[in-house]
Amino acid sequence: IGKVFPAYNPATGEQICEVQEADKADVDKAVQSARVAFSLGSVWRRMDASERGRLLSKLADLVERDSVYLATIESLNSGKPFLPTLFLDLQGTIKTLRYFAGYADKIHGTSIPMDGDYLTFTRYEPIGVCGQIIPWNFPLMMTAWKLGPAIACGNTVVLKPAEETPLTCLYMAALVKEAGFPPGVINILPGFGPTAGAAIASHMGIDKVAFTGSTEVGKLIQEAAGKSNLKRVTLELGGKSPNIIFADADLDLAVEQAHQGVFFNAGQCCTAGSRIFVEEPIYDEFVRRSVERAKRRIVGNPFDPTTEQGPQVSREQQNRVLGFIQSGISEGAKMECGGKALGLKGFFIEPTVFSNVKDDMRIAREEIFGPVQLIMTFKTIEEVIERANNTDYGLVAAVFTNNINKAMTITTAMQAGTVWINCFNALSTQCPFGGYKMSGNGRELGESGLKEYSEVKTITMKMVTKNS
Amino acid sequence: MIRTVFSRSLPRLSRPPACHYSAGAIPEPCSQPEVHYDKLFINNQWEDAASGKTFPTINPATGEVICQVAEADVADVDKAVKAARDAFRWGSPWRRMDASHRGLLINRLADAIERDSAYLAELETLDNGKPYAISYTVDLPTVVKCFRYYAGWADKWEGKTIPIDGDYFCYTRHEPIGVCGQIIPWNFPLLMQAWKIAPALATGNTVVMKVAEQTPLTALYVASLIKEVGFPEGVVNILQGMGPSAGAALARHMDVDKLAFTGSTEVGHLIQQASGSSNLKKVTLELGGKSPNIILSDANMEDAVEQAHFGLFFNQGQCCCAGSRTFVQADIYDEFVERSVERARRRVVGNPFDLKTEQGPQVDQEQFNKILGYISSGKREGAKLMCGGGVAADRGYFIQPTVFGDVQDNMTIAREEIFGPVMQIMKFKTLEEVVTRANDTKYGLAAAVFTKDIDKASYVSNGLRAGTVWVNCYDVFASQAPFGGYKSSGNGRELGEYGLDNYTEVKTVITKVPQKNS
Repeated sequence: IGKVFPAYNPATGEQICEVQEADKADVDKAVQSARVAFSLGSVWRRMDASERGRLLSKLADLVERDSVYLATIESLNSGKPFLPTLFLDLQGTIKTLRYFAGYADKIHGTSIPMDGDYLTFTRYEPIGVCGQIIPWNFPLMMTAWKLGPAIACGNTVVLKPAEETPLTCLYMAALVKEAGFPPGVINILPGFGPTAGAAIASHMGIDKVAFTGSTEVGKLIQEAAGKSNLKRVTLELGGKSPNIIFADADLDLAVEQAHQGVFFNAGQCCTAGSRIFVEEPIYDEFVRRSVERAKRRIVGNPFDPTTEQGPQVSREQQNRVLGFIQSGISEGAKMECGGKALGLKGFFIEPTVFSNVKDDMRIAREEIFGPVQLIMTFKTIEEVIERANNTDYGLVAAVFTNNINKAMTITTAMQAGTVWINCFNALSTQCPFGGYKMSGNGRELGESGLKEYSEVKTITMKMVTKNS
Repeated sequence: MIRTVFSRSLPRLSRPPACHYSAGAIPEPCSQPEVHYDKLFINNQWEDAASGKTFPTINPATGEVICQVAEADVADVDKAVKAARDAFRWGSPWRRMDASHRGLLINRLADAIERDSAYLAELETLDNGKPYAISYTVDLPTVVKCFRYYAGWADKWEGKTIPIDGDYFCYTRHEPIGVCGQIIPWNFPLLMQAWKIAPALATGNTVVMKVAEQTPLTALYVASLIKEVGFPEGVVNILQGMGPSAGAALARHMDVDKLAFTGSTEVGHLIQQASGSSNLKKVTLELGGKSPNIILSDANMEDAVEQAHFGLFFNQGQCCCAGSRTFVQADIYDEFVERSVERARRRVVGNPFDLKTEQGPQVDQEQFNKILGYISSGKREGAKLMCGGGVAADRGYFIQPTVFGDVQDNMTIAREEIFGPVMQIMKFKTLEEVVTRANDTKYGLAAAVFTKDIDKASYVSNGLRAGTVWVNCYDVFASQAPFGGYKSSGNGRELGEYGLDNYTEVKTVITKVPQKNS
């Protein structure tokens, strides 16, 4: 009751402000509110689907109106460089909300020619009260990825932002109210995983939980759902994604894309291309160019327009990444550049490149989530396919080649939810995104995203006589 | 079973027309809105006709000329088609645009129309004669919703990847067809424009639209908004002109890839023939109807009477889907007729800018004469004129709400589309009989059934050969629901996801792969 926790600026390590801390009692209250908003006959249940879409559209307009402010707070609280945040994160957030706004009245069931004298059709109904737990690496975008489909399908939501980055999500809540959503439809609770997050995952009054975060916590969520009410679970978890560079690739393109693919967002992307497999003939040149590019990477104040890389989000993350770097050194990988914390304040790390990485090293198997690039070499396509798939993860993969046959072969063979050809991190709200294996289950975005937020009801009515 | 006429409790609830508007929310209209645009709209520019010709557009409430507008003919159609073809060229801004951005532009257009809806409703009422209260509360909001609906589809119209036999990777692309000719009628000028251009633009086509000569003004104003919100030049081109000249030129044009026409069945035949004798352009047609409205004896009487009244008389009877054959089950027939007549007598005919008016004038002299001709034929052929039957004012094209009882299926008024405020009420005994009689027409646009019985509702709705069947309601439209005709009422469906099919070419791409795996 009345507990607060601090929100930090990771570029300086200083506290920005304090935020109310939600715990189990608050989750109960929010769930109750969401349940009432979802009751049969409520304003939200009676609303035209197209009107739900209008509300999402209005929210997008408001986010656009306040995008400079939101980008500023996002940058301050997460350490992401301001300009990319404004142009990528904010635009991605707005476009995602607009995309799902357009879907609200296009979620179709079917009428079905079943055997017998029956009239049969399906309705796609909202599931009910959805718990949503989001991470700190793309706070606003993750909010939009979660709210968009849930609301388009008519659900009500209890959303917990990451404790590291609650601020922009709370501002979004104010915009939700300004847009005119009925009370209780969207509820936002800042708090910690083991308390508020766990309360959501095990709540008997929540019908579905969607979680984006680490695989470690994803497993806990799935267990909690099984132990409680078998709530539907979708998970977007970690990755150790392979980026495969063939000798016939456009080398400049491949080097730059591989660089951005691992260093973007200070390496804090579930999609990070963190195992770069380079075909032997171009390996040395590729390493040389990658090191040169990494040395050129500008790390600094997120509000400096030339900055490419800000701090890691917290001291804990910084220490974790530095720990991985140490393990790389001690296991015998060759550290080509970087390797140290940067500066006295904040949680900065130098862009770090390892070559001569062996598949069984810790740095090659576990998700680092920091600015650490690993470059390995391969000889044949069959070999690289096997090695790329030799992981419990399966979120994304990429291949750089000019050869259409190699591209087709790799894309079919990869056990990954998204495969990129001659590009990396090309994501868009229209495309389903999600993981094979322990990178998660279910897909977000695109039409696929709607499936996870609907319950299908089949209605069969006896007819006097059926005719085709 | 004989139902006594006075079994209902009085006083009857005075129910507003089914459009359900609250008169307090409608701004007082200006009855002489200024006309800003009277030229042809080609390549985002305003052009005189190549011939310099103009023609007048008339205010049907007074018969007076509103203004002259440029008259498009063959040369202007050529120019517009060239502009649309250029806007569609490989690598053009329109072809390179993200689908989601097409959607954004359509949404901006919806916003602009919403912003100017009071003015557009005035202009629509001035040019078409429909009551302002309805232009403002029904036509305009429906137009805005239609654009917003299709804006949402732009980046969601997906092809498939397909597991074909052999070592191949196969997918389909949903591509735009190309240059689409669109010819729209005068009964819902703004709405018909929206139904046509929204799906065409969402799917990435370019458009040459010929608007009805009776009602060009609102479409031209919307053209200015199309330019304002940022559509690239040539994507939408709007031409006002006559059917036999400009319309025919579009229908037989060798460089138009598709033609969409809404209008009479008579002209629909000509359009289809023109396609066959030119370049086999894809054709979709929304034509006429003689839609049956079937009232069973267990229907809610008050509801059925009001809906049947609305279903026929709405928009001065000028609806392709008008419920113009009202079949009433024998045991409630007399009461139904009496109540329908009473309701028709109460229908307020008058100045369209008066907010109390329910019915304005017919759109022009030609329609006016045609309808009076049908009324005469009804009397001649022995139908019983229960009320109305004549001219309602001494200027403009107003006709009294007219009801015929004892109509036989073979009478002209029971077979041909009148397109005016003339209601036909016929009697039936059994369900099987009425479904057969209802289907006994070359048309098949819409139909309705009023009943409380779950089995009868599904039996009748499944048995009627009509593109839309309403159960316990009439004229319920939504951008999300497909609409179109069986038989001579047309082919293809507009609105809904289905509406996108009409504006799409499916391309199958098959790539050889070294080794296919599932």
